[in-house]
Amino acid sequence: MAKRIDISGLTAYYGSHKAIEDISMTVEPRSVTAFIGPSGCGKSTFLRTLNRMHEVTPGGRVEGKVLLDDENLYGAQVDPVAVRRTVGMVFQRPNPFPTMSIFDNVAAGLRLNGSFKKSQLPDIVEKSLRGANLWNEVKDRLHKPGSGLSGGQQQRLCIARAIAVEPQVLLMDEPCSALDPISTLAIEDLIGQLKERFTIVIVTHNMQQAARVSDRTAFFNLSAVGQPGRLIEIDETERIFANPSVQATEDYISGRFG
Amino acid sequence: MSRTAVQHQQNKPTDPTPPPTDSLSGRTLPRWAPLGFAAGAIALGCGLGAAAGWQSEIQWGLVSAIFFVVLSYVTTSLVENRRQAKDRLATSVVWVCFILAVVPLFSLIWVTVSRGIKVFDGYFLTHSMAGVPGFEAGGGVYHAIIGTLEQVGLATLVSVPIGLLTAVYLVEYGGGALAKAVTFFVDVMTGIPSIVAGLFILSIMLLFELSPSGLMGALALAILMLPVVVRSTEEMLKLVPNELREASLALGVPKWRTIVKVVIPTALGGITTGVMLAIARIAGETAPIMLLVFGSQLINANPFEGAQSSLPFYIWEQYRVGSEASYDRAWAAALVLIAFVMLLNLVARGIARWKAPKTGR
Repeated sequence: MAKRIDISGLTAYYGSHKAIEDISMTVEPRSVTAFIGPSGCGKSTFLRTLNRMHEVTPGGRVEGKVLLDDENLYGAQVDPVAVRRTVGMVFQRPNPFPTMSIFDNVAAGLRLNGSFKKSQLPDIVEKSLRGANLWNEVKDRLHKPGSGLSGGQQQRLCIARAIAVEPQVLLMDEPCSALDPISTLAIEDLIGQLKERFTIVIVTHNMQQAARVSDRTAFFNLSAVGQPGRLIEIDETERIFANPSVQATEDYISGRFG
Repeated sequence: MSRTAVQHQQNKPTDPTPPPTDSLSGRTLPRWAPLGFAAGAIALGCGLGAAAGWQSEIQWGLVSAIFFVVLSYVTTSLVENRRQAKDRLATSVVWVCFILAVVPLFSLIWVTVSRGIKVFDGYFLTHSMAGVPGFEAGGGVYHAIIGTLEQVGLATLVSVPIGLLTAVYLVEYGGGALAKAVTFFVDVMTGIPSIVAGLFILSIMLLFELSPSGLMGALALAILMLPVVVRSTEEMLKLVPNELREASLALGVPKWRTIVKVVIPTALGGITTGVMLAIARIAGETAPIMLLVFGSQLINANPFEGAQSSLPFYIWEQYRVGSEASYDRAWAAALVLIAFVMLLNLVARGIARWKAPKTGR
């Protein structure tokens, strides 16, 4: 179910602007890897290169390799649609489809891909909603619109929608930044459960959150505004927060930006 | 606190520092003041008009409007303050403009209904003009209704798929020189006079030696309808948040399915409204029908062969006859046309509400 990601020499551009440069790292399967760093350092861009969402942005292009269990996502034969089915994504702002009910939102990935048996659909939807800790809250109103839920519930609905297609990897781009502390806690608990089944990569601005949920943490920084972002270091979360090997990481974590 | 300070100001001249400018409250006009201004202005305007012996009610109305704006500005600046007076001035001008815009509309509807209702009945709606001499009473509009419905329907069938797909191309795929060129020519097409669209189809008709039919008129109407459909659909598709497209793509949904299943359904209410407005625009076109459909007194339900009539053509035709009975029929047909367009708008609103992205729990 979960796959390892090996990234080597990855550089991403927006048009002629180089957003991130020469990033190499390994993301372990069945673990949570957190990306931290100041705004504009390319964390989200890097995350989006891992399921080929970067190239959806006009002018976006990528150099380098992303190996998902030895298969290069940027190989010539690779279909980006197939990549996105394997590597799911949860966005910063909850974005349920406004024309669809809660049920249809969760079923959307399967229905729109056409890869399902109709009789299995209710079971898959229930399993996914249970997986996202949302089942008990919505089981009586599955056919109401998804946009009627609260922000935290909508975000869990989006997580349910992402895990319904059974991806190998789940990318989360600041999934809690629009949520209150209680919803944040619910999502963090959920991440703890999901890592048994998926490889999870999470971008966060909240360092306590990175410390709480992740097994490994990667610190990104940029030398100056307009310069490309770079990976400074990646290590066990405990080491990054207790005893980082690079001074810049320590400065950032302790609040002295450098 | 401060209001009492202001009220007691005159009673306590010994008060050391009564700062009236610090007060948050001041003299205000009552809520019904604008109504009072309007009543006063109308009284003044009518009085002046009667005294000066002006014949035209329009002059009376315009003078009243000017009185209304002046009266509300002056009174407010005397009673309240200058900021409030400017606010009142802007509000008054907006109201006057609104009324100036609405009066012709209502008077048009009133005249059409009051003159059209005379012969507007079941017989009128279900009979054609076959065998009825133009200057005599009787006959009906059935053949013209059939013609309008078929020509407008065909024009819609031709232009909506093309327009929708053009807009999808412009919003979802375009971006290069081709998209810019398409946008430019669509804008140019918006300004094509209907007679030019008619002449264009007429030249094709002569080239291929075709005879006039409902289809030819429908093609000219489709040319007029196309740019409206493209522009309104384009604007609606642009309103769909990019996050929804990304959410769908990130689930591994191909781009074309994302457009068909997520983007278009989200914008469907607005797209429908745009199409209905475009239909309303072409339903009243006369020139292409005169050139290409030729007009007829008889029921011809086949739009692909032979001359047909249509509502605007029928109105023009009846007006040209010039008898009392034909004037009545022209007004009644105008009433049918307005009712048709109004019905379309109501349907569009209904669909827009029904298909709008759902909120609520």
